[in-house]
Parts: sequence; C-alpha cells; structure tokens
Amino acid sequence: MVSTLTKNERHFAFIISVSVAMCGLVMAAAGRNDLLGTHGFIVFFFALGVTFILARGYYDPEPGDERFSAYYDEPIKAGIILAMSWAVFAMFVGDWVAWLLAYPELTFDEPWASFGRLRPVHTTGIIFGFGGNALIATLFHVMQRTARARMPDQLSPWFVLIGYNLFCVLAVTGYPLGITQSKEYAEPEWYADIWLVIVWVTYLALYLRTLARRQEPHIYVANWYFLAFILVVAVLHIVNNLALPISLSSAKSFPIFSGVQDAMTQWWYGHNAVAFFLTAGFLGMMYYYLPTRAKRPIFSYRLSIISFWGITFLYMWAGSHHLHYTALPQWVQTLGMSFSLMLLVPSWASAGNALLTLNGAWHRVRDDATLRFMMVAAVFYGVSTFEGSFLAIRPVNSLSHYTDWTIGHVHAGALGWVALITFGAIYSLVPILWKRDRIYSPALVEVHFWLALAGTLIYVFAMWNSGIVQGLMWRTYTASGTLAYSFMDSVVAMHPYYIARAIGGLLFLVGTVIGFYNIWMTIRTPINIPRDLASDHPVTEHAGAPAAEPAE
Amino acid sequence: MAVEERDEHTGYLTTGHEWNGIKELNRPVPTVIWLFLTTAFLAALACWILLPAWPLGNTYTRGLLKADQRQRVTEEIAEAASKRSASVARIESMPFDEIRSDPDLMRNVIETGRTLFGDNCAACHGKTGHGGPGFPSLADNAWLWGGDADAVAETIRIGINSDHPETRTSQMLAFGHDGLLDRESILNVVAYVRSLSDPASAQGHPEAVSAGEKVFASSCAACHGKDGGGNTAMGAPNLTDQFWIYGGDEESIFSTLTYGRKGHMPQWESRLTPVQRKILALYVAGLGNGKEK
Repeated sequence: MVSTLTKNERHFAFIISVSVAMCGLVMAAAGRNDLLGTHGFIVFFFALGVTFILARGYYDPEPGDERFSAYYDEPIKAGIILAMSWAVFAMFVGDWVAWLLAYPELTFDEPWASFGRLRPVHTTGIIFGFGGNALIATLFHVMQRTARARMPDQLSPWFVLIGYNLFCVLAVTGYPLGITQSKEYAEPEWYADIWLVIVWVTYLALYLRTLARRQEPHIYVANWYFLAFILVVAVLHIVNNLALPISLSSAKSFPIFSGVQDAMTQWWYGHNAVAFFLTAGFLGMMYYYLPTRAKRPIFSYRLSIISFWGITFLYMWAGSHHLHYTALPQWVQTLGMSFSLMLLVPSWASAGNALLTLNGAWHRVRDDATLRFMMVAAVFYGVSTFEGSFLAIRPVNSLSHYTDWTIGHVHAGALGWVALITFGAIYSLVPILWKRDRIYSPALVEVHFWLALAGTLIYVFAMWNSGIVQGLMWRTYTASGTLAYSFMDSVVAMHPYYIARAIGGLLFLVGTVIGFYNIWMTIRTPINIPRDLASDHPVTEHAGAPAAEPAE
Repeated sequence: MAVEERDEHTGYLTTGHEWNGIKELNRPVPTVIWLFLTTAFLAALACWILLPAWPLGNTYTRGLLKADQRQRVTEEIAEAASKRSASVARIESMPFDEIRSDPDLMRNVIETGRTLFGDNCAACHGKTGHGGPGFPSLADNAWLWGGDADAVAETIRIGINSDHPETRTSQMLAFGHDGLLDRESILNVVAYVRSLSDPASAQGHPEAVSAGEKVFASSCAACHGKDGGGNTAMGAPNLTDQFWIYGGDEESIFSTLTYGRKGHMPQWESRLTPVQRKILALYVAGLGNGKEK
C-alpha cells in the first residue's frame, strides 16, 4: 500500500493522518464529559493506526514511472476486502436482530443490545459499509477502464477509501452507545457528517479528474450513473444533515428543520438515498460487469438514455410517498404518488435493457453462476421497482404502510438487487484484479448463488405474508364497529413469519461467508495471468508495449 | 473515429464506440416503452387534474374531485361513531347487571373489551389477563380491591398509587428494612403466613408458626385481617388462598416482609372514555369465568 505512493504523497498522507489524530485528541479532550470523547478516542486510535502503517513503509523505494502504464488497482483490492468484511459483519447483525424480533427477550437486559440500537448497526453496516465500499471499489475499477485512463494520483483514492471507512466506524460504534440523530439512514451525528462531506468532495474531485483525463471520446453509461450517484448523494447528505450541535463538546445536535418540514426533508433524503446510492450506483456497476461478463453489447443505447434521465429526474420527486396520510399536505402526497408511478417506466426500461443484453448469452447465464447473480439481480430490480411504484399508490399504502410489507420490499431490493449485483461484480472483478485465470472454486459460487436466492425468497415471502396479515388485522372491524384485533394480537400473529425471515437471513449470511472464503482462497492461489487481460492497461501518451505486470 | 459494426446475433449496428470491450447496439427504443411512458404520464396527469397536486404560492390546485384527506378522516370517524352510537348509548346508561342480562349487548362488550384489554392492559396483566410476577392475575378469584364490576371500574378509573387525586393507595411496609420487626420475627411470620395457605408446611416447626401467629396478630392483622383473609377496602391481599402476586415461596414472602411492596397501576380516567372503562370493567370482571367475589 505505502510502497505505491510517491515520496510527496507519503509526506501528505502523514500530515493528514497526524492531523486527524490531533482532531481525535481535541474531540476526546473537549468531549471528556460526553460520548463525543469516546468517539474522539476512536478517531485518534484509527488515525494512529494509519500513521503507523505509513511510518512502516515510509522509506520503501518509490514507484517508478512504469506505474503510469498500469491502472492503479491497490485501493480497489482493499475496497473489496473491506466490502466483504462489512457484509459478513452487518448481515450477522441483521440476522441477530431478526431473531431478536422473533424472541424479544434476547437483549440480555443490556441497552446496547436493544433492537433500536442494533438495527441501525445493521442498516448502516450493509448500506454504507458493504454497499458503499463495493461502490467505491468497483467505481475506481470501472472509471479507469472506461476512461482508459489511470487515476490522477495515488493518495486521493486511499484518502477516500480509508476516510469513508472511518465514517462507517464512527457510525456503527455510535449507535450501541446511544449516539444518533434519529434520522433513518442518516443517524450519525454532526462531526461524522462533516467528515463525510470532506471525504465525499474528495471522491467527487477524484472522479472528475479521472474523467477529465479520459482517452475515450465518449463517456460510457456506467459513468453517467456513477456521477449522478456521487453528486446527488453529496447534495442529499449535506441538506438532510443541516443541524446545530448543542455544544461543540457534545455529540448531540438538532436538525434545523422541524415538524413536517423535517419529515419531508428526511424522506426526500431517504428515498433519494435509495435512488442514487442503492440504484444509480449499482446500475453503474451493472452496466459494466454484466455486458463484459456476458460478452454482449448493450441491448439499446437509446434505451439507456431514456432510463438514465427518467430515473434521475423522476426519483427526485418521489420521497413524499413515505409520508402518505400524515400531516404532510395532500398535494405533496399526490405529487409523490404520481412521480412514483411514472418512475416505473424508466426503472423497468433499465431492468429490461440489462436482461435483453443477455440475449445471445443465455447459455452463459446457465453455466456461469457469476453472470446468473447479475441476471437475477436485474430481475429483482424489476420486481422491487414495480412493488415500489405500487406501494406508493395512496390506497395501497394505507394497507401496507407501517407493516412488514415495507421491510419485505426493501429487502427484495437490498438482497435481491443490490447484494446480488454486487456479488456478481465482485466475482467478476476478483480474478481480474488479482490476476488469476478464475475464481478459486466455481462450485462454491454456485452454492453461494443458491443460498442467496433461497434466502432472499424465504425472507421476502415471509415479509409479504406478515405485512399483509398485519395490515389486514389493523383494519378489521367487528360487527360492533370496533377494532377486531389488539396490536398485541398482530404481534403474536407475526411470530412464525419472523422465524422464517430469520432463517432466510441466515441462509443469505452463510452464502456471504462462503463467498468471502472463496474470494480469500482466490487471492491465495498462485498468480497465473489470463490472456484476455493483455489490453487491461490505460492508454498512455507514449503508448507502446504494455509494461511488465508489477510484482505482487 | 467511431467504427460501427453489425452484431451478428441481432443484426443491429453498434454505436461505434467501445469501452474496454463494451459496445452498445444502436437499436431504437422499443415501441412498448413509449407506450408505457405515455400511459404513465397520462395516469400522472389524471392524478394532477383530479386531486390536489401543484403548489401555487400560498395555495395549491384543488383538483376536480375536491378531495381533502382531513375532511375525509373527520367524516369517517363521525360515520363510525354514529354506527356505534346506539350500543354506546345503551352501555353508557344501563347498570352493569342489566347489560349482563342482555346477550347481544354482552357480545358487543366482550368483542370490544378483548381488543381494549389487549391494547391497554395486556402489557402488564398479560394477553389473557393471567398476570405475571409483580402483576396480579385478573383471571382468578382473588381481588385486591374487589372483583365486582363497580369496584373494577373504579380501580380502572383512578388507578393504584397513581397520579390521580382520588387514587387508591396501599403499601406493604418494609418491616425488615425499616427495623419494625427483627429477623427472627420475620422468619416466624413467614412460617405462619405459609401455613395459612399450605398447612402441610407447618410440620416440623410448630413453634415458629405459633410465634409467627402472635407477631401477625399485632403487626399484620390490621390490614390483612385476623385470619389473613385480606381486606379489599385497603387493597390488602388475601394470604390464605393459592394466588400470589410476588410469589408464595419462603424466599419471596421473606423479601416482601423485609423490603415491603408498593404496586402501581396507572389511572385511565384521562386516557379512556367512560364507556370504554365500563366495557373493560365488565370484561375484566368476567375474566375469572364470571365468578365474582
């Protein structure tokens, strides 16, 4: 890692990590009577660890100019390992809270083990830890390849990757302690939010700088989505987290919006986090790894244009469908509903474009579990976007809202779409990155595929059932005109579904663990460079024979 | 420059660009997509014409249907209330016994009472009213403050040791902790109290039981009665039956005597309507198979 940095970059990296460590100390001192102090120490020790790694490699020989004839892939490798580690951790916590819902006494009477504190550890760990790291890693890979240009420097990708993981660590260590600003998917407090802004702006700058260096005249579709992802997530994050800390020595802050304005801002953020983090980013991933794995051209370039602009324009309006039948004025609800309905078309156009790209390669889908991961992901993308538009219709929402149907819908998207496309992309990417001719065990990829698919289906069917049962129980009246069921009755009725859900989640988790093992073993097998990687190098000004592969 | 190629499988030309091996077909957008898009846009347009939709400065377009969710909720609540009004009026005006002798009305009470109980009482007293450690069972025949519907209704209204000005108050003193009785006397009282509901337990230490009886008469009988039968006027439980709130084994009784007890039940006057409380009283009084004490 350090040996690929130039002397100058090592110097800067050192200054940055020492400064962050100092910030940690200041936080620890200022917040000594508050939970902020704990986070100060976490920042300090995190930065100290990075400083230590830097110091150890500080006097390594510098990389030569031959580095310009190869893409810069070191941070991508680290990103993939981090993504898989977060996946195992956060899916474990997810299954834990699933069992906790079936057996609520599993909290050991400890505040940190309560559902309210563990659940955001799961959601943040999956969305930002697993999804975010996978996006950073694959984006670094795709943007270099489709631009045929190397990243402009070695330091900023590392800053983005490590800085982003510091944010994730602050988030998931905060929740068990009780640090949260109680905004769904935006729980971390003000200081972590400020740090993420710094990291994210660096990310955007790095992306634009690489794109500006591109050697291809046109910008590939995947990059449209990646740019939308980085840009919009920055805007969402900043606006939704506008808050005033009660004091600079306290972790607690309050948002500048209140009441229904705050709720609307939150769900404008929340829904567009789904749109631009969990959809646009992963569509960018799909647009590169699916056609390269299937060895087929994209079904229709023009359809890509319609889908992209449809998705970016229409999603922005849809957030208010999270607040149907609330204090939110009805006209805002109508707008949210109607835009959600229109959104179905570009969503299905994207899913269709992906699936139809496979025409002429279905035999590969049959034989190659990696490609099948991506194919099934596109199907689930279609299923969950249809479901999303459907649930956004107000009368439907009056049945489904506040029930497990929502949880089922989210997981059809999160397990079926986001996780499966990521596994497909990672299985494609790992042999390329580590220069192996194939993954360690294709049979284990098969096992992972079927475990993941079975887990997703069990999960989603359990939640569809429990959600609809809940919704119906809550609106059933007796002949006397009073409610037929108490809330407790509906909780009791959920028990079998909650067990089924936890089993589905367990299957998914086991699949992920097997996947991580398979990736790990691939990395540990001896290098054997596959022939079709011969063109895997940037176009350089003094283009000639590709340089020798750097030693691993 | 862009070099277009023909894809053998589909027969379409590519756009002529290539990114690391990825090409795109220059295929027109399928008609079905335009059809879908148009339909979806028309559906949205219909929403905007019919429903409140677009902001106009300080107001918004009301839509042809003049839909107003708040007005609709108010109307639906009023409609539901009027549907229930006949039975509500009868329950409100009729005395408990009369309600009970009307099977139709009683079915209404049980149906409604079950849900009310589940939403308001089950958290402490359990879904079936069987209670748990620290929370009395309502499905037996042992009542702290009386088990007829009037007494239960009053308990629900004002609570026990609650913040209601008329609350029922009761407290078991911390005889051991506050030094009112020494350890030996407490152990003797434990032996005596146990023998009241379980005469077999007296075997082997009759002296302790009889010594306990004397202490009981001077320190406990004022509330629990001479024979330990309890007093519903003071919320003092009957000690001779098999029902225990805090446990009837030696250790639990010892703990009760040493540290005292002061149970809490919230008042429901400010949370439930008089009719709801009346329904709950009838429902709860009927939980012990209709047997009242």
